[in-house]
Amino acid sequence: MIHLPSSPFPALLVGLPILMATLSLFFRPGGKAAVGLMGSILTAGLALIAFVEVTQRGTVIHILGGWEPPLGILLRMDSLAAVFIGMTAIVGVFISLYAWGYFRAQETSAEGLPLFWPLWLFLWAGLNGLFLSNDLFNLFVTIEVIGISAVSLAVLTGKTPALFAGLRYLLAAITGSMAYLFGVSLLYGSTGTLDLGLLGEVLEPGPTTSFSLLVITLGLMIKMAGFPFHFWLPPAHSSAPAPVSALLSALVVKGAFYILLRLWMEVFGVSLTYAAGQLIGLAGAIAVIWGSWQALIQTSFKLIVAHSSVAQLGYLLMVFPLLILAPGVSADSADWLSPAWTAGIYQVIAHAFAKASFFLSAGLIIMALGHDRIESLRDLVGNMRITALAIGIAGVSLIGLPPSGGFMAKWMLLKGIFLSGQWWWAPVVLMGSLLTAGYVFMLLRLAFAPAREMNTFRPVPKSLEIIALMLALGSFLIVFPADSLIQFLESSGVFGSGIESIIEGGVYGND
Amino acid sequence: METTSIMPLLILISSIIPGILILMLREHQVALRTFLNLSGAVAKVALIAWVFAGYMRGEEYNYYFRLAPDLSFALRVDQLGLLFATLSSVLWLVTTLYAIGYLEGGKHRRRFFAFFSLCVTASTGIALSGNVITFFIFYEFLTLSTYPLVVHRGTDDAVEAGRTYLWYTIGGGTLLFLGVVGLIVIAGPIYFGQTEIIASLASVNPTSLTLLFFLMLAGLAVKAAIFPLHGWLPVSMVAPAPVSALLHAVAVVKAGAFGIVRLVYDVYGIGVAEQMNLLTPLAVLAAFTIIYGSLRALFQDDFKKRLAYSTVSQLSYIALGVAIPGILSSTGAIVHLVHQGIMKITMFFAAGNVAETYGYKKISQLNGIGRRMPLTMGAFTIAVFGMIGLPPVAGFISKWYLGLGAAEAGSYWVILVLLISSALNAAYFLPIVYRAWFCEPDYEASKLRGTTRLETQALLLIPVVVTAIFSLAAGVFASAAGSPLSIAREIAERLYLYLL
Repeated sequence: MIHLPSSPFPALLVGLPILMATLSLFFRPGGKAAVGLMGSILTAGLALIAFVEVTQRGTVIHILGGWEPPLGILLRMDSLAAVFIGMTAIVGVFISLYAWGYFRAQETSAEGLPLFWPLWLFLWAGLNGLFLSNDLFNLFVTIEVIGISAVSLAVLTGKTPALFAGLRYLLAAITGSMAYLFGVSLLYGSTGTLDLGLLGEVLEPGPTTSFSLLVITLGLMIKMAGFPFHFWLPPAHSSAPAPVSALLSALVVKGAFYILLRLWMEVFGVSLTYAAGQLIGLAGAIAVIWGSWQALIQTSFKLIVAHSSVAQLGYLLMVFPLLILAPGVSADSADWLSPAWTAGIYQVIAHAFAKASFFLSAGLIIMALGHDRIESLRDLVGNMRITALAIGIAGVSLIGLPPSGGFMAKWMLLKGIFLSGQWWWAPVVLMGSLLTAGYVFMLLRLAFAPAREMNTFRPVPKSLEIIALMLALGSFLIVFPADSLIQFLESSGVFGSGIESIIEGGVYGND
Repeated sequence: METTSIMPLLILISSIIPGILILMLREHQVALRTFLNLSGAVAKVALIAWVFAGYMRGEEYNYYFRLAPDLSFALRVDQLGLLFATLSSVLWLVTTLYAIGYLEGGKHRRRFFAFFSLCVTASTGIALSGNVITFFIFYEFLTLSTYPLVVHRGTDDAVEAGRTYLWYTIGGGTLLFLGVVGLIVIAGPIYFGQTEIIASLASVNPTSLTLLFFLMLAGLAVKAAIFPLHGWLPVSMVAPAPVSALLHAVAVVKAGAFGIVRLVYDVYGIGVAEQMNLLTPLAVLAAFTIIYGSLRALFQDDFKKRLAYSTVSQLSYIALGVAIPGILSSTGAIVHLVHQGIMKITMFFAAGNVAETYGYKKISQLNGIGRRMPLTMGAFTIAVFGMIGLPPVAGFISKWYLGLGAAEAGSYWVILVLLISSALNAAYFLPIVYRAWFCEPDYEASKLRGTTRLETQALLLIPVVVTAIFSLAAGVFASAAGSPLSIAREIAERLYLYLL
């Protein structure tokens, strides 16, 4: 680990947003926004430079303060982290630009809203830290930073429904963290290490390992609103201001998935069982069907979009069973694993773009109409054509129609399903697509329908509409670099050794 | 396999760029929009002509882009694809002219023409697809780009029709998706024409391959409007006439029929498909649809609905021809792809002209219309003769080859189906012709006059005359080199080269 090239970027990626967030606290509301926006743009720029560095130099590390682990903190930026950081940067900077215009156009006198900027930058630092962390305790700290700033953002408006939703969110977040911490302490007690790589090497199958795996997985599933722990997500995501909803849905929940994927692939290889995979897959499958169904019967735009998140996150859980074959079934690893986890990562990215676009569109609709009841969307096409186009394009990606990022995800998922011989997941994927088509086209149908009464659409800033549209287009454009992105992910062998341990049920990293 | 050319990509770009630019224009920039539209359409025809000429000289035009491991975006030019691409691009040019005239002064024309361009992009994309996955991408893209056209009028009817349309096509797309993924998992990325891959797997994995065949067939049958998956087509008649024309003659239904042709001939291979007994169910369904569509057409008074059911019936000729092995019936199937297109588009143009000029939408209102619109109804009459199968119009050629093919294969029941269908075609089309030319117009109707010196606007009249001439020419000059028939015949002969 130590022999990897060192780079200052991992530290800067965490430090810069914290610095800018702290700086913004000293300014008046107007200045907060300016400093915040500047911080966002700088962080995004930095992230892209760091991304390019990893593509050039491979995995880089940074040892904070020169203290080597296990005493000090090591940040590691491999290709997987780089992809997540890059995604956060692109989606994050678009949401920041939108937030800038959105809060200005709102002209709300609400005191708290300027606090959006420092909170969002703290959140961003937390996310970057999470992607870069290399030990279980660091991960816990970043989870907490993310959780606290996310909950604060969710209650930013101070309105009653937001406060109630925020309370539930907080409760779920704390329960999740506690479960995670409990599992981590068990592992530390039995192995004496928190380092992901070391843990993978020394971990031995046994009741303690299995139990901590269970508790950590449950904790992270609460965090990512995996069924049946999804209850907190729809109210929290739908009652927040539009840019916040976009951040929560597009980015925050992905953090928990990232840890889960890392731990399952890199650490817990030895104690994963077929049944565990099937169980988590089942939770995902139910989430896909249940969430899509709930989205279909909602009558407010933001609730549709929020329930849709539950379903889309379900697809992420469905990746896990594909990583573990049934006892006695053999398959060539290169064939069957790569599509499975590629599906997960593409689902993360495609959903981030599409869902951010959706929530930003929702914000514009509320700005224009004063509410988001869907029957008022009639003749949206005539009044806000760019927003309607954005909803259409992002919706197509959510459904998974070609040539969108969502299509790439579904394609890989189905391939993984067939190649691993677990064909029973296929109908779920297809049902999910059809149900998604149901609610997306319900929205589009209304958008095209003639207006019943005189709907008064107040004019909205065109620049904000264009931001929503660009994110929607982004969910398509990400298909084009897919081939090089997959090669990039495979190149640094993120999952290479973990995969072997899963296949052989043996010890991690024995090559 | 290795040489790449951007020509096929340019063919797609020639319509996608105007589409995007038009979306960015303002509604009142009519001249610029029309210029973009027409230059795109003309450029596309020219590019395809260029590629066609080059292909005949033996040049290859292939384009590849690797999206992901074994997921390649591939455009490959072959004769069958070129035939379909030519049909699409020529009829697109004609329909664009028609639509400019038809929608003059209408609302949301920017949106209309933008999606119209995207729609033909999808359709040429389908024609030039080199592998199953690329075909699927464009197949779904077509669904999406046609939806705004179907609901274009924005009335409750139109929105409701759009909903039906989507449920059928998205449902079909899902089945096709499942089939395509399954096929690629079993057989790897299959390029069209690599029938040896399936042939080598046919004995190893017959159950899966049969299942996948019918999954994909079901997905394609939705767009090809084969019973019982045809329900969306008559409903979508609420769309404006140019859309109906495009949907019925070129884009959507042809995508389905063309897909079936590709699936049987270029993926499974006719020999394997026959061996695995995949074709009999297709033949029976197609034959049933032919009769069923005609019977339903008999009872429609709405002009466009009658044409729609007739489309349901006529399209299945293609599927039927595919399902009967033999050079002659394959020729009939492939040539009917073209012939049905030019004849049906003529009919929809004519129906649109009548509706646009006099507001008549029902057949019972058409008494004496031929005297007021001689050119329109003359063109319509030619198309009717073709549909019935009277020489020398194009439709005769299709039916003749299908009949010969059936006789050659010993499927005499197919000939019976063709005869019954022809009789039914006559029964539902000739009354329109009779009314138009030989019935006295109603007293009130006789006082209505067109507002222009011509029987209707020139932009509406020229397309219908042109496509009628195509229909006639395709029949009269069928044996000339470069006619649809001679090309179809070459394609068919090549298909059976390996089997003989």
